[in-house]
Amino acid sequence: MVTLRLILRNRLAAFGAFVLLAVAVISLLAPLLPIADPDLTAPANRLKLPFSEGALLGTDHLGRDLLSRLIWGTRLSLFVGIAAAVIAAVIGSAIGIVAGFYGGRTDGVIMRGIDMLMAFPYILLALAIVAVLGPGLLNALYAVAAVNIPFFARNIRGVTVSIAHREFVDAAKLAGMNGPRIIVSEILPNVLPVIVITMSTTIGWMILETAGLSFLGLGSQPPQADLGSMLGEGRKLLITAPHASIVPGLMIFAIVMSVNLLGDGIRDALDPRLRSGALSRPAAATLVERSDIPERQAGDALLDVQSLQTDFQVGKRTYKAVGGVSFHVKPGECLGIIGESGSGKSVTALSLAGLVASPPGVITGGAVRMGGEDTLSMTGDELRHIRGKRIAYIFQDPLTTLHPLYRVGDQLSEAIRCHRPVSRQDAWEHAVSLLEQVRIPNAASRAKAYPHELSGGMRQRVGIALALINEPEIIVADEPTTALDVTVQAQVLALLDDLRRERNLALLFITHDFGVVAQLCDRVAVMYAGRVVETGPTADVLANPFHPYTRRLIDCVPELGGGRRILSAIPGLPPAVDDLPAGCAFAPRCDKVSDACTASQVALIPSGARAVRCVAPEGRP
Amino acid sequence: MNAPPLSVMNLEKTFGGGRTLLGQVKPSVHAVQDMTFSVEPGETLGIVGESGCGKSTLARMLVGLLPPTSGDIEIEGTTMSERAGGPADFGRQIQYVFQDSLSSLNPRKTIRQILEAPLIHLLGMDAATRRARIAELLDAVNLRPEFLNRFPHEFSGGQAQRIGLARALAASPRILVLDEPVSALDVSVQAQILNLLSELRKVLNLTYVFISHDLAVVEAVSDRVAVLYFGRIVELGRAECVFSTPKHPYTDLLSRSAPSVGRPLLRTEAAASELPDPLHPPPGCAFAARCPRADDLCRSATPEMNQHTETHEAACYHPID
Repeated sequence: MVTLRLILRNRLAAFGAFVLLAVAVISLLAPLLPIADPDLTAPANRLKLPFSEGALLGTDHLGRDLLSRLIWGTRLSLFVGIAAAVIAAVIGSAIGIVAGFYGGRTDGVIMRGIDMLMAFPYILLALAIVAVLGPGLLNALYAVAAVNIPFFARNIRGVTVSIAHREFVDAAKLAGMNGPRIIVSEILPNVLPVIVITMSTTIGWMILETAGLSFLGLGSQPPQADLGSMLGEGRKLLITAPHASIVPGLMIFAIVMSVNLLGDGIRDALDPRLRSGALSRPAAATLVERSDIPERQAGDALLDVQSLQTDFQVGKRTYKAVGGVSFHVKPGECLGIIGESGSGKSVTALSLAGLVASPPGVITGGAVRMGGEDTLSMTGDELRHIRGKRIAYIFQDPLTTLHPLYRVGDQLSEAIRCHRPVSRQDAWEHAVSLLEQVRIPNAASRAKAYPHELSGGMRQRVGIALALINEPEIIVADEPTTALDVTVQAQVLALLDDLRRERNLALLFITHDFGVVAQLCDRVAVMYAGRVVETGPTADVLANPFHPYTRRLIDCVPELGGGRRILSAIPGLPPAVDDLPAGCAFAPRCDKVSDACTASQVALIPSGARAVRCVAPEGRP
Repeated sequence: MNAPPLSVMNLEKTFGGGRTLLGQVKPSVHAVQDMTFSVEPGETLGIVGESGCGKSTLARMLVGLLPPTSGDIEIEGTTMSERAGGPADFGRQIQYVFQDSLSSLNPRKTIRQILEAPLIHLLGMDAATRRARIAELLDAVNLRPEFLNRFPHEFSGGQAQRIGLARALAASPRILVLDEPVSALDVSVQAQILNLLSELRKVLNLTYVFISHDLAVVEAVSDRVAVLYFGRIVELGRAECVFSTPKHPYTDLLSRSAPSVGRPLLRTEAAASELPDPLHPPPGCAFAARCPRADDLCRSATPEMNQHTETHEAACYHPID
């Protein structure tokens, strides 16, 4: 139902569906319609013009009624095209699935055969098949189907290969299923949408190809009418009676166009990538829609964030990913933001420089001041100027942030030359010196490596070097060591720690790991459901947490050296941020919950260097 | 029958290799080399190692998803050659729990269909028995029965891992191979799953092979621990001994690298330390290039496993005392 609505929302697809439906209904009703016999010749009435009496679309060279021939011909052409598409889809998909699922030698033999079939020009191949089988509509159908089998086989094989390596196929093997059963019950349901998409985009071609064969006289034989043979007969009279070829020509045009429009619509609606908005281009900066801007606070903070709110508006739902977050970072200081997945820590980090994709992201409130300037009031150009220059990011997986086709040295030099007018040679030398600064051994030769040639730890160092290019004041590191092994993680953390001390950098470190926070950060802010629930100096917060969530989260983390034991867990799940409770978001999971917790918002109450968002903080009566 | 539930002898796995049409030798990678260990009934054997150490290859061989190049895996006294039928043949004895539980569930099947598959294909149960067994399974992993008609995308990571666990338990296997079962989960949910695992082990008298890169998690659940490096076991012993008094310098480095509250950042290791190139492995000990204790012997010959105490062995020429 959803899919149908999606298709019809696309106006062109709806138009295509309408035209196709009209054509299909009329041609299906052909035996019931009050039209003349399509094969009845009347030489006296030959070549009547359209709109003449007794023949709405005129007659052909044998005096047959063109309207009647058109309806019957369309019926035949549609049938042959669809039948050929179904045959090609079934045989081609079966070949593709078998080749893709079994792989190895089976795949090699089958696909080389398909490649050979594809090496022939399709019309030549179809001609050859018809030449062997003899002319006739049914043989033309076989030829068109056979010619299109490779197209399906290759498409479906590709999809099957990617599905056959998914874990649920392994799981099915472990559940005792054999190959054929896995193909039918695990692979086929996941490949089916692709088969439908491929079919909907090829039916038009098939109709055209059948018409082509009939046009050449190899398809339907006289007196049987199909669109191609009508066109072929009309061609001889193109100058004297153009209507005899224009009428079937227009019909072919209408059918193929409507099929293609509808097919594109079906593809757009079913393809998960297009559905999730792969074609919608996010704006250069996050959309800001806020009613008032908080006053600037006094203090020596380099980065001052005040009640930042970022929403995601998807359909009718609003996900409050960040619901009023405030914090500040001084030069040379490291602030850790810790939270579980969905707590809003990454969205907070991305909001600082307007990097949240819009749509669906919207910053709905608060202020982000970098050295006193509010980044949320900046234009796209101003933002681009501060990105990299004042604030730089390090992301979790450098394999996705580095361009796979350029050498890392070239990527660094490009970024250098983008901000400074230096020669190619100077930029390259600067790039090598940056790689040395992030302690990459043999920096000069490593600069010539492609990202995939480096290990995860080395790639992350390149990511750090990229962030350092313009000597930013603030570095935001979003889980930079989560994808790394522990021994490599220790090295990268030590590097980040040294860099910030040497360069007096403000470091905003986003993580889910208490151990990392304890080793690296001066202060920590704990986030839950889009809000900071507790903040303070790292050692104090970890040793003596005020918020029940912080305390219980720390208890959940197994520590090395604790031996074998039962861990304490927090029952339940974090709330969905599109449906937050009125009071404290942690209340449903908290063992100290009272009426005051659920009644209304709990404020973040400061006490000294620390602050906690709880009506009954730990360690107090 | 005194055979251990699971024992592995000289297990090897090589990827690639062979020759091209022109007779050139193709590059090969020894993912698992000469592994020998056994697991006692009711025991949890933890397997720790970093990426590329061969732990997932080992897991996939144990459950029969990948054929070993050489060596043997014995499950409840039955050797490899006697179980030629693949997973369908011994899925009732050993099952596998995936790291990414969501992608191990077919997105187009309901939870009921997913849980029924092993009951139908491994046990051949009829509909009524299946319904009773599924209710039992859901109860064991603390899931509500109304979840049965939903599709996998409606579940959170923790719930999906419970479903994966229920599927693995469906055919009542004696052994579970858990491949990073909690590393994709948040800590609060991770603890829930770890506790559920330890409860199930006691109630159902299961034997676990628990694979993880997280030392603290492995220590919290394991009786014994095997440390893998570059396709080989470098240290094997009781969990409490391996991490508190490591013999192999690599185990020592691992346990000191794990970030932990109240311990300063580790800054000892030289920046050059990387895994060796698997296509061109160095002769001798694979860890030698990163090892502060390495000498010429380490760089020329591969060390054998040495017994240090009755339950603690390590493959090192210069073990830590």
